[in-house]
Formats: sequence, structure tokens, C-alpha cells
Amino acid sequence: MVVAERKPIEEILAMVADFKKVLLVGCKGCVTVCCAGGTKEVGILGSALRIARKKQGNPLEVVEHTLERQCDPEYVDQLAPMLAGNGFDAVLSMACSVGPQFIAKKYTIPVYPMLNTTFIGGALEHGVWAEFCQSCGNCIIHNFGGLCPIARCSKSLMNGPCGGSANKKCEVSPEIDCIWHLIYDRMVELGQLEKLRPVFPIKDWSTSRDGGPRKIVREDLKL
Amino acid sequence: MRLNYPPNVRIVNVPCTGRVDVIHLLRAIETGADGVYVAGCMEGECHFRNGNIKAKRRVLAVKKILQEVGLEPERVEMFNVSASDGPRFAAIAREMTERVRALGPSPLRDPEVCAAWMEAAQ
Amino acid sequence: MKAGSNLEKVFTQGHFAVTGELGPPRGASVEVIEKKAGYLRGVVDSINVTDNQTSVVRMSSVAVCKLLVDMGLEPNLQMVCRDRNRIAMQSDLLGAYALGIRNVLCLSGDHNRFGDHPQSKNVFDVDSMQLISIVKKLRDEGKMLSGQELEGVPKFFIGAAANPFGDPFEFRVTRLAKKIDAGADFIQTQCIYNMEKFRKYMHIAHEEGLTEKCYIMAGITPLKSVGMARYMANFVPGLDVPDYYINRLKGVDKKKQADEGIKIAVEQIQEVREIPGVKGIHLMAIEWEHKVPEILQAAGLLPRPSVN
Repeated sequence: MVVAERKPIEEILAMVADFKKVLLVGCKGCVTVCCAGGTKEVGILGSALRIARKKQGNPLEVVEHTLERQCDPEYVDQLAPMLAGNGFDAVLSMACSVGPQFIAKKYTIPVYPMLNTTFIGGALEHGVWAEFCQSCGNCIIHNFGGLCPIARCSKSLMNGPCGGSANKKCEVSPEIDCIWHLIYDRMVELGQLEKLRPVFPIKDWSTSRDGGPRKIVREDLKL
Repeated sequence: MRLNYPPNVRIVNVPCTGRVDVIHLLRAIETGADGVYVAGCMEGECHFRNGNIKAKRRVLAVKKILQEVGLEPERVEMFNVSASDGPRFAAIAREMTERVRALGPSPLRDPEVCAAWMEAAQ
Repeated sequence: MKAGSNLEKVFTQGHFAVTGELGPPRGASVEVIEKKAGYLRGVVDSINVTDNQTSVVRMSSVAVCKLLVDMGLEPNLQMVCRDRNRIAMQSDLLGAYALGIRNVLCLSGDHNRFGDHPQSKNVFDVDSMQLISIVKKLRDEGKMLSGQELEGVPKFFIGAAANPFGDPFEFRVTRLAKKIDAGADFIQTQCIYNMEKFRKYMHIAHEEGLTEKCYIMAGITPLKSVGMARYMANFVPGLDVPDYYINRLKGVDKKKQADEGIKIAVEQIQEVREIPGVKGIHLMAIEWEHKVPEILQAAGLLPRPSVN
């Protein structure tokens, strides 16, 4: 899933400093699962903003609403009645950065992102998420025991580990596993170490963001 | 035991402090409570494994939010008290009441309520 | 002869090679380069010029290499994968050759989080092994990565780095073999302090016939003080400094620590010369270039052979 985290409240307060009434919109997709922008987080942020502004003597009206998803127009369309003539100064989106862009495309009202969209990843345990994919558009992880060196090696080495690997940790930080050490261990475990022997060829990054913004068209799914 | 504790403490019953969420504490503050605390079982004695530990983490999260929005984090607190320990329950109620009195009324209260509070305090 | 550089000739004529290292200045001063180069003149076969080492911005390695060429010295251009994509790499390689640079050392590069611009975007379009293959393709096929025929072929003597002390140790020799497969003609190792581990590494490499396929140079970095030894031991990832050296430096008077460091370096050079398959040393006297002649003299590596 897309993993995100809420921006610091101080930054958000600066964004909304001139507003009196805002619509805070959550998303029941990925950001609900990673506890960053679902109904619950909308409630917490809404309350925090009201507390802050009430304390300043400059109350902010925060209307809370959570959509099924913000990355599909049919759900974003549901905001239309709320935004019609209710005097909102801005929409605050708690979705990944796709959400505010979809809202901005549809409505003529300033939209602000409440989250920093951080990575494509998964939960290591409750409350801990890590990056697993860089969406390079051409998956090669089967060559590396099912582990991704592009997203998980600090230098995206395809022929690692580099000389900085020590005690299974990355030279960049002891918090980061050396994915190449893990790839090595896994290949030994699978009895496939010889697969790491050839020099892995230079990657074609044209399927990645380097080829320009990407689009997928599925004719079979069109209505 | 007929123990007294300050009458300003309003008790909200929950089945376990593990049920208490960030939003519950924030809503209490938002609606004008001068302070709010969670009284959970002693650590290691949760009847539902670790509800009190979870509550402790959530209280810390609320403290952080209060700091960010410009309120004293001391207005929220986590206490551990055994269900059979009435005297400690009363002592905690007094301790928290004294702490919050020292901090003064919540700036989120209505001004009239605050004025009355200050008058009463004098 | 693949490139005909002085370094390559020293190797092919059977001499024990010595390379030095020059870190470009954090500024545009040519004087700094002239001063450092002066210490290395006539005492090493080729001079590595680092490429924004530790991700700290310094004068361009290509530019410094050209300055050395102009001074009549032979540079070894270090190129890292951190700051350039394949377009810039090939372009810089062609330019470097046109400027008279004949040796290139292909490296991944220290991560930009370490340096003075941790906010920068890194590149890592290719890795060090793939960079080696690019230089080889340019040289041996006369073609760019795209297949485009070159107008003028850069004949580089290709170098790569190896760290025998990185983990997992069991994979380190395999990685050396991969670099040789990719096209490395010579290897410069990470600074060696754990001689026992290096011997073990070289033994495996020798057994696998790798020492016949490329020239391996042992990395030597003299320890200036006990403080430096401790720093290398604790803060440089993938370095292995045994307590033995720290204790030796600790055991002498502070004023004598530099001399002891030189003594240790000379001993290390003598030890690596005894190891089968070691064809030279790469002396990285970090901000201590002026001590290089003294160390090499004491190690019996002067004068340097003159080759044609």
C-alpha cells in the first residue's frame, strides 16, 4: 500500500492560518490502513486544529468527512453537495497526494495536503512500516530471492553488497538492513547462490518515473 | 472504605484502558476539560493482556499533540492503580486536581466559566 | 596492452606497482593540487584522484586529473555512480580520455547522506560493476551503451575497488570475480589492517585463479594517530582495525604516534608483498601526502621503475 504520515501540526496550522472554515477529508483506502488519514485520524486532526485555533482566540470551523477513496473520481464527486455554498475556505485532504490532486481537478477551491506520502510499503508490525517498492515499472525481484535491491538498497545496487555492508546493516544507518546481505542469506537458503554470480545487466529505467509520468490503459475495463 | 476524592473529577467508565483512544482524550480537552487522566491497572496486571500499556502510549501521543497546539502536555496523564486500591485512587484524583489547578483553567473553556472558576479559586 | 598507461606498463613489465591518492580541494585552488602533487611526483606510478569522496563537494576529479596530466603526472580518474547517470558518465569518460587521462577507477560512491549536501538527489542509474562494463564496452567494442559507434575510442585501463572486510565475507571474493568479469583490469582494495583476514581473502582469490586475471593492489592507509585509528575502527563502515594497532599507537608518546603510524604502514607494506597475488599497493595517505616519499623509501619501493 501507499504509506503516508501526517504533516506536523505546526505546518498545517500555518497552511490554514487565514481560514475560518475548512472541509477536512479523509480516505478509506491505503491511508486508513496505515493509520494516517482515515476516519479516526480525521477526527484527531480536526480536534487538534480546533483546539489550537480556539486557544489562539481565532476559532476554525473544521467539518470532517471521509470518502471511500480519493483516487477515484466517482467518490471525489460526492463532495459536490458539501462544497456547494457552504462557505468553505479550503479543502484539507488526508489522502495520499493523489487525493488533493483529484479534488483540485474537480473543484475550484484551494486544496491542501495534510499528509506526506512517503513510500510503497508494508507493516513490519503494528505501528511500524517500511519501504518495499520503488515502482520502477519492471519487477526483477525474482532474481534476488524475492527481495528488492532497487527500493531497499540505499544505492539501488543490482550487484551488491557494496563495501559498506557491515553486520547485516547498511553504511547509511544502523537502522537500515543491508538488503544485499539478506539477499545473499536468502539465496544460500534457497540453494541458488550461483544465480548471483553473473553480473546483473544495466537496468532499463524507461518504465520508471525516468520515462516521464506513467499511465496504464486497460481497454477491457472501460465502460 | 469511605474515601473522599475531589468532586471535580468526573469518571468515565471503560471496560479496559485499552479502549481509550487519542480522540477520546482530545475531545475532553476540546470541550473544555482542564485536564484528563487515564487510570489503568498496574502494569503487568491488565486483564486484557496489555490494554494499559497501549493506553500509556496513546496518552503520550496526546501529550505530543497538546504540545504542538500550544497547550500544556501535563493536562493529560496516565496513572496505574490497582482496582482494589481505593486510597491510591483517591490520592491520584487529588494529585491530578492539584496539578491542573496549578496550571489554571483550560484556555478552551468559555470565558464566563473561567471567570467564575477564578473567583471561586480566590 | 589495453590502454598503454604508465600503471599498466609497470604491471605488464612485472614490477610491484605503487599508486597514491590526491583528494581535490574544497575550492578552486590550483596551488593546493600542485603542492599535494609535488609530494607524489616521482614516488608513485599513478595518482588516484578522488571523486567528491565522502559526498563532500570538491573540485571535479576530471579537472584535477587534467591538471596532473599537464604537470607530467599520471592520474587515475575515480568515477562514482552517485552523481552521474549513464549519459553523463559516458560523456565524462570520452572527455577524460580526450584530455589525456588513461586510467579510470569505477566506484559506487559513498552515499550522499554522509556528505555536506545530504539534501541532494542521488543518481545510481548504474552500479560500479555496470560502470566497469560501460568503460569496457567503450574501449573494446568502440560503442556506446546505446550501440552508437564512437568517433574515437577511449582506451582506458580499468580499475575497480574491493573491500575484503565488508560483509558477508563469503561473498567478497565472488564479488571480486564479478568485477573482473565485468572488465576490471586492476583492483585497489579498501585499507587493510586485518592482515589475517586479507590473507584469507587473497588465498581464496588466488585459488580461484583471479590473481591471474587482474592486478590486485593492497590498500594501505597510514594511521596518523591513535585518534585516527579509533575513528577508522568505529566510524568507517566496512573497515576492520584490530585492537593490536590501536594499542600499539596508544603505547607510544603522543609526539611519537605519527612515527609509529609510519612504522606500522611500512610493516603492512612488507607483509602484503609476501602475499601471493598482490601486485602492488595503493597508498592512501589521507591529508598526509607529504609523508608518502618517506613511507615508500622505508618500504624499499623507491625509486619507481621507468617504463616505456
